[in-house]
Amino acid sequence: MSAEQFQLSFSPLTGVAFGPDRTQVAVSPNNNEAQIYKRSGDSWNLETTLAEHDKLITAISWAPQTNQIVTCSQDRNAYVWTLTDGIWKPMLVLLRINRAATCVKWSPKEDKFAVGSGARTIAICSFDEENNWWVSKHIKKPLRSTVLSLDWHPNNVLLAAGAADAKAYVFSAFIKGVDAKPEPTVWGDRLPFGTICGEFSSPSGGWIHDVAFSPSGDVLAYVSHDSTISIVYPSAPGEPPAAHISVRCPSLPYLALSFVSESSLIAAGHDCQPVVYSGSSDGWTLSQSLDDPNNASKLTPSSTGNRVSSGGVGRLNNEAFAHFRSADTKGQSKSSTASNVAGLTPVGADGLLKTVHQNSITWVEPYEWGQGGEVTKVSTAGKDGKLVVWPISGAGKAGGLAGKMSGLSM
Amino acid sequence: MSNTLRPYLNAVRSTLTAALTLQNFSSQVVERHNKPEVECSTSPEVLLKPLVVSRNESERVLIEPSINSIRLSIAIKQADEIEKILCHKFTRFMMMRAEGFVILRRKPIPGYDISFLITNFHSESMLKHKLVDFIIQFMEDVDKEISEMKLSLNARARIVAESYLSTFV
Repeated sequence: MSAEQFQLSFSPLTGVAFGPDRTQVAVSPNNNEAQIYKRSGDSWNLETTLAEHDKLITAISWAPQTNQIVTCSQDRNAYVWTLTDGIWKPMLVLLRINRAATCVKWSPKEDKFAVGSGARTIAICSFDEENNWWVSKHIKKPLRSTVLSLDWHPNNVLLAAGAADAKAYVFSAFIKGVDAKPEPTVWGDRLPFGTICGEFSSPSGGWIHDVAFSPSGDVLAYVSHDSTISIVYPSAPGEPPAAHISVRCPSLPYLALSFVSESSLIAAGHDCQPVVYSGSSDGWTLSQSLDDPNNASKLTPSSTGNRVSSGGVGRLNNEAFAHFRSADTKGQSKSSTASNVAGLTPVGADGLLKTVHQNSITWVEPYEWGQGGEVTKVSTAGKDGKLVVWPISGAGKAGGLAGKMSGLSM
Repeated sequence: MSNTLRPYLNAVRSTLTAALTLQNFSSQVVERHNKPEVECSTSPEVLLKPLVVSRNESERVLIEPSINSIRLSIAIKQADEIEKILCHKFTRFMMMRAEGFVILRRKPIPGYDISFLITNFHSESMLKHKLVDFIIQFMEDVDKEISEMKLSLNARARIVAESYLSTFV
């Protein structure tokens, strides 16, 4: 089974959120409008346009149970959209931030959402019944730069954030009156609002592009601009983590990641292909690329310069001579083309990349679950305006494949 | 002649590919603005270390990456006075028409002859590998162009001198 791909726009998709039953998707085509597409058969048709922001929409989140959409934008605002009588009605959120809002996410119980911003603040928003509006509380303390990503712990209280100051944080976003006292977790047992439960740096000081909790919430993973994936296994509150694993990736940095199970995650980014990593607290490895399995070897650098010349060996062998002369004077060489340069995604003869996505992938999320609760499909969206749904039948038991791959690359 | 052109261009290509990992990033300093961070450099944490790839003393490339933009400056080979003049005229001609080249900067960085500014908006609307190819192609061609201009200038000077001096023969 191959990936389904849909070209929703020709500009980057800056926010993507699927509706509750996956027949609708809300995206922003890199402008101040959010568009809701409805699926009919094999295509997506534009249904509604949500226009209230006046600058680029940076993120969209859709609450599956309460059917509410929250959008946030570089105009410093966020709106909660509610469907009443078939029309999406916006409601302004009192964010009280004075820089762009960069990311937004509904909490698992959908009674709160978090908005990260360029004001070095995370706003935790909850609904105030008395005044009938969304109010926010701010987490400010250790943040020293723009918040680039957020993720909620399944217990509805803990919140992970990745920032441009090269740190990933775990905070408590406990709001009195909204949350009941949470069960103690490995991250902490007493959790008043704003408690820092964890603070982790990227190995070489790259911005944290995305953070994610594992399905159980006991593992935190983040991807950073220094081309690494870091996975943290906390031991107990106040203690150093039981394991803090950093995996260097073979190509350009990843921009998004998502767990599909406790032992595997999918990361994607500037190299335009989603990649499965698998492992445990003993270590993580790259197991496969989801894009085009018959080109699976393309992640390993191909060897260069072993071209056998057709003519005999000779000092003035025409081909070899011309080859070196052109390398000398023009910087051209037939045997090694651009695709051999490290970190480059292979380019096809038509001038397009050989991967499905033609530009960086900015968003990865599980799309469909099997009967046992395991993820069977993931969806990605990127700067090329494509929305792609990938089947990942083998990702749950990727350990065998990892062994095969390691044999291949050596 | 040295055969260093190829590794030089390869190094530039790899560096450029790695540096062109840009994303939209609105200003942390000015409300509702979105500026290339490498140009305003008001937030030090979103700037990366500048990198110089150098072929020899006179030919080098400076790449300054940041979170939403990179600046690439090229020092073009200038062996003598004529090449210096030709290079100046050539880059000036291009930079006066910078709008037509989209990623060209109107002024070079001090110490370099020509600068490009690539922002996340460029990398969103254009294919990244084509952008890299364009820069590499430009670097290959500009040397060729200048040496061709120098040759034709010399040839022209010779013809002019011959036709003037032929009256005295």
